[in-house]
Amino acid sequence: MSPVSTANSRLVYDALKASGVRLMSALPETWLVHLIRMAEEDPEMTLVRLAKEEEGVGISAGAHLAGVRSAMLMQNHGFLASINGIVSCAQLYRIPLLMMVSFRGEFGERDPWQTEGGGVTEDLLRALRIPFSYLDSPGHVAHRIAKAETLALSANKPVALLLCRDLMWEEA
Amino acid sequence: MTRVEALRAIYPRLEDLVVVTIMGAVAAELQGIGHRPNFFYLQHAMGLASSMGLGIALARPERQVVVFDGDGSVLMNLGGLTTLARYRPRNLVHVVFDNESLLSVGGFPTATSTGSDLAGIAAAAGVPRTARATTMDDFTRAFDEALAAHDLTTIVAKVDAVGPSKFVTDLSLLENRFEFQRYLTRR
Repeated sequence: MSPVSTANSRLVYDALKASGVRLMSALPETWLVHLIRMAEEDPEMTLVRLAKEEEGVGISAGAHLAGVRSAMLMQNHGFLASINGIVSCAQLYRIPLLMMVSFRGEFGERDPWQTEGGGVTEDLLRALRIPFSYLDSPGHVAHRIAKAETLALSANKPVALLLCRDLMWEEA
Repeated sequence: MTRVEALRAIYPRLEDLVVVTIMGAVAAELQGIGHRPNFFYLQHAMGLASSMGLGIALARPERQVVVFDGDGSVLMNLGGLTTLARYRPRNLVHVVFDNESLLSVGGFPTATSTGSDLAGIAAAAGVPRTARATTMDDFTRAFDEALAAHDLTTIVAKVDAVGPSKFVTDLSLLENRFEFQRYLTRR
């Protein structure tokens, strides 16, 4: 059994659906497995599996201009890989993006290869002036996702929610 | 064949299509022929025009989408060809103008100048229909066949490495973006 939380993944997925998301782009990462399966099994959701996360910026931009709300599921290293697209497509053209970023490499991380990316994620979000918040407890998942989507659409800009270990990982 | 001649030849077909172009020469030349509200010019983010086309095509399957791409841009997002092929939007025609160079930044040669074959790469990525065009007749025929086929098609058009004298036009990026969104969501 994977210690990734199915119940909390379901909370996140249902909140994305409730905020109107009908298209998700994704690149697999351990913490996202349940979210991706939920999208795959949902006939109302279009799931686009990517080769690299930056493609998702273009796909979300196209979907937005065509009237469909979307979310991007990615690891923080995928966020790092998407930065040019975020700046020169989404920010340049005032495109709302809802970026759901698994925040690997924070306190509790056991995989040495995740630790460098974890250390720069928040500073990079600040440097890019991307509003962000944390999903680290089930109680605030639904309203933080709804509020993030509201701000993305009113400001016409990318926003990020960091999926934290305390929410996504059940191992002690 | 020059790119502007190729664009001019198919321009009448674009009236009711949803068009996304890359930056630089393609955008400037299409605007020079005549801007329309159904044209969006991605003036940066090289590589992502085809991804935007995919997003639009998936969101609006009833609309025919055309992406005007370039060799330099496609080379920056080769993985995107596998994503296009995977979802196979039947309403997307992907035109790659291949002038074998990065014309707008000094004309330095790209890898297509030393034999990398973008139509072959697209076919190997799984794009169901691909075509190569070196003459205007080839190009216009391939474009019309792609529209008639109702299937994902990548057309690689070999064009001369020539372009407009300037790339900045009087259409602001945000004006284009909101006009295009309004066009797409009103019908």
